[in-house]
Amino acid sequence: MRTAERTATPEPAPPTRALLRDIGAIAIAIVAVGASFGAVALAAGLPVPAIVALSTLLYAGGAQFVAVGLIAAGSPVAAVFAGLLLNARHLPFGLALGDALGRRWWRRLLGSHLLTDEVTAFALAQPGRAGRRRAFWLAGTILFVAWNVGTLLGVLLASRVGDPNRLGLDAAFPAGLLALLLPSLREPETRRVALAGAAVALLVTPFLPAGLPVLLALTGLAVLLLPRRTRERPC
Amino acid sequence: MLIAVILALAVGTYAFRLSGVVLRDRLALPDDVHRLLPMAAAALLAALAVTAALTEAGAFAGFARPAGVLVGAVLAWRRAPFVAVVVAAAGTAALLRLLGVP
Repeated sequence: MRTAERTATPEPAPPTRALLRDIGAIAIAIVAVGASFGAVALAAGLPVPAIVALSTLLYAGGAQFVAVGLIAAGSPVAAVFAGLLLNARHLPFGLALGDALGRRWWRRLLGSHLLTDEVTAFALAQPGRAGRRRAFWLAGTILFVAWNVGTLLGVLLASRVGDPNRLGLDAAFPAGLLALLLPSLREPETRRVALAGAAVALLVTPFLPAGLPVLLALTGLAVLLLPRRTRERPC
Repeated sequence: MLIAVILALAVGTYAFRLSGVVLRDRLALPDDVHRLLPMAAAALLAALAVTAALTEAGAFAGFARPAGVLVGAVLAWRRAPFVAVVVAAAGTAALLRLLGVP
């Protein structure tokens, strides 16, 4: 098994056990962040059924934290707008995933609800169509369960849940996303688009409401229109 | 009111998720555009990772988090196992905070 990892091109799909181990690492972090969501939402005065409904029906970590903050601040309309702005990126994710969910209609209806940043990253990191489908459903199911188990733990153990940042989990998620992205970033065009998009998002983050900067990363696709004179000019 | 807010968020978010998945087939996209979709997703994920690594509520997130992400990114670049990347990133950030780094 080990020897095949470095030599074969195109890269073979990792065995399910390796995939489960990778998903498991993120799932543990998601349980912890879910617990912090449950505790924060309870402290903000939300009734338990509402907290559970947010994690099962909305199922989008960033938007849930933002929504709880704005609901607690007495701005329900702002909570809806801010949450939906944050989640608009799921539309292009769905476009890119395509048939990673499967062809049957019930798979699309159910799979769409499981679609998150991490699941998209896990699925798109797989080389073949079958690998993408397997990664989507494994990651989708496991991470959904992890987030909701975490939320319940947070509600039950509210006073004992610490700040997940003390465990460095806020660094774990971006690092995990980058690790999943790296194989596709080895392709020069994708790398230029991604770097340009990330740069745009970072530059506008101080000035725009959350969610919009990430969407503006799509402007990174414009670098494909640029002539590549600088590369070809002899030094 | 609370129920209405939660339902609006849930329905709207599900609509975003489902419409991307369904549109992929309904729109007869030219091959060129199909080729762009994974690149668009890579740009969005890279933007998420970079902004989450460096910023918190629109301002600089402090040094511990980006340092942790950097350690993870270097390990990933050196083809370290995914679990090691995630654990090293979290461990670095947690250790720096323990030492008083913001």
